[in-house]
Amino acid sequence: MLTLNEVEKIAHLARLELTEAEKMQFQQQLSAVLDYMDMLREPDTHDVLPTAHAVPQHNVWRDDVIQPSLSTEDVFFNTAQHQNQQFKIQSVLGDD
Amino acid sequence: MDLPSLTLTELRHALHTGQTTSAAATQAIINRIIAVDNQVQSYLTLADELALEQAEAADQRIAAGEETPLLGVPVALKDIICTAGLETTAGSKILDGFIPPYDAFVVQKLKEAGAVIIGKTNTDEFAMGSSTENSAFFTSHNPWDLTRVPGGSSGGSAAAVSAQLAYGALGTDTGGSVRQPASLCNLVGLRPTYGRVSRWGVIAFASSLDQVSPFGRTVADCAAMLQVVAGHDPRDSTSLNEPVPNYAAALTGDIRGLRIGVPEEFFGAGLNPEVEAAVRQAINKLAELGAIIQPVSLPHIRYALPVYYLIAPAEASANLARYDGIRYGPQVNGMDVIDSLKKTRALFGPEVKRRIMLGTYALSAGYYDAYYGQAQKVRTLITRDFKEAFQQVDVIATPTSPVTAFKIGEKADNPLSMYLADIYTLPLNLSASCGLSVPCGFDSLELPIGLQLMGDTLQETTILNTAFAYEQATEWHKRLPVLEESEQ
Repeated sequence: MLTLNEVEKIAHLARLELTEAEKMQFQQQLSAVLDYMDMLREPDTHDVLPTAHAVPQHNVWRDDVIQPSLSTEDVFFNTAQHQNQQFKIQSVLGDD
Repeated sequence: MDLPSLTLTELRHALHTGQTTSAAATQAIINRIIAVDNQVQSYLTLADELALEQAEAADQRIAAGEETPLLGVPVALKDIICTAGLETTAGSKILDGFIPPYDAFVVQKLKEAGAVIIGKTNTDEFAMGSSTENSAFFTSHNPWDLTRVPGGSSGGSAAAVSAQLAYGALGTDTGGSVRQPASLCNLVGLRPTYGRVSRWGVIAFASSLDQVSPFGRTVADCAAMLQVVAGHDPRDSTSLNEPVPNYAAALTGDIRGLRIGVPEEFFGAGLNPEVEAAVRQAINKLAELGAIIQPVSLPHIRYALPVYYLIAPAEASANLARYDGIRYGPQVNGMDVIDSLKKTRALFGPEVKRRIMLGTYALSAGYYDAYYGQAQKVRTLITRDFKEAFQQVDVIATPTSPVTAFKIGEKADNPLSMYLADIYTLPLNLSASCGLSVPCGFDSLELPIGLQLMGDTLQETTILNTAFAYEQATEWHKRLPVLEESEQ
């Protein structure tokens, strides 16, 4: 069973803000789902490679040639706050 | 001529022989949407003006003698596929008002082919769900019984085609999200081999599992949709550089000598008895048509659900990290940048948050090997099971869904119970196989039942032809749901 502390840590990693009610609900629901996952220890996987790609392809390259891309108008069309062709956010470097 | 009741193939014929025009068909569809979609609620966004312009352009190409699979045909697109200039929300408040600056590859192909894009259909938020009840906007209703779900996550597309509000539609199938709604709505839904159709411009849920997948009322309709969107796209590095066969030409209806495997693992507890009876009868019909039926085993299939529900949320947690309100989408301001991120991401619905949490946990330090790593190893075992089975048989036949359409609200409080709705469809997504659902009957409540046919890598022609042979020997596809038109 996950602790509330673990739920809060995961929420912080995922940058999600949960209400107290959501924290408790997720604690129960996630624990139930994770218990169910324990059955994955049953099959013998000691010499099995994990799947990296469903239908494997290797080294898919393209030529180093400039292709059409988005105009700055298109880029900022949906942006809430922008200035001087830059996305504007609050300060990242804090006092701590 | 009752235009909306025509199949896609019938409409193409009527257009080519001059019996009707794309403009007339498009207007008829728009009129029908106005008359009945308030009951079905399949569309999120209607692009009627654009559609009529596309229809006129298509009519000119038809008049010039062009005959191609989707020319002049009104189709619908799941709102997880980006359309330039047309709002695309992924069924989520976090993309409310988002206008993509470009068309997805599949949309470019549809436009080149002269298809008419009627609008964007409802979906569970970020394609996470099996009923459309997780859409942030509203739930869609099954045209066969409006108190029931159309399935999901591509439930809006399924409801639209089933209610004759589009001649075909595209959805995405990550764990069954086109096959399961097809089964619940009496449609053909085909999930191609991973990489057969480009994911460029498709809002990502789980990148190793997602595929754009077409819906049609008949096998030929579905094949026409696939014909146009399949093919290599250099902008999707997982796109297969393999030639696209002529799917229509493969529909011979001859399945004599075809080896069909029936895995008893798919006929156990939880399978509704009426669904089982209809599916077994359908398999008997395939035998009558000359196929050789034999038992086959997929021994690790019982692990498919936990494998899927570790891999898909893990991949989703990474794909959904980009929704931060900084470059696009609504932005909620907090005390500092982290607080703003968290408050903005509170716009996600509960199922999305649940899966992000699960995925984040499975990938976090100390747990990665035990959960995500182990799941990818068991995935290899499941893929191997399929490959070994396809050494012995050409097609694997199973039910698509363990149940017929359930009531709206019935599974909403129990996430695990909702996850079990996909138990027969999600194994395929973990493997290199392709699969489809084709109508095979109705239960005692007149709700549709689907037969799932799975094929080996790039064997879409085989499963389409098998489904076609079955369809031509039955009448299920000819039944249509009845909806009362409201006065507007």
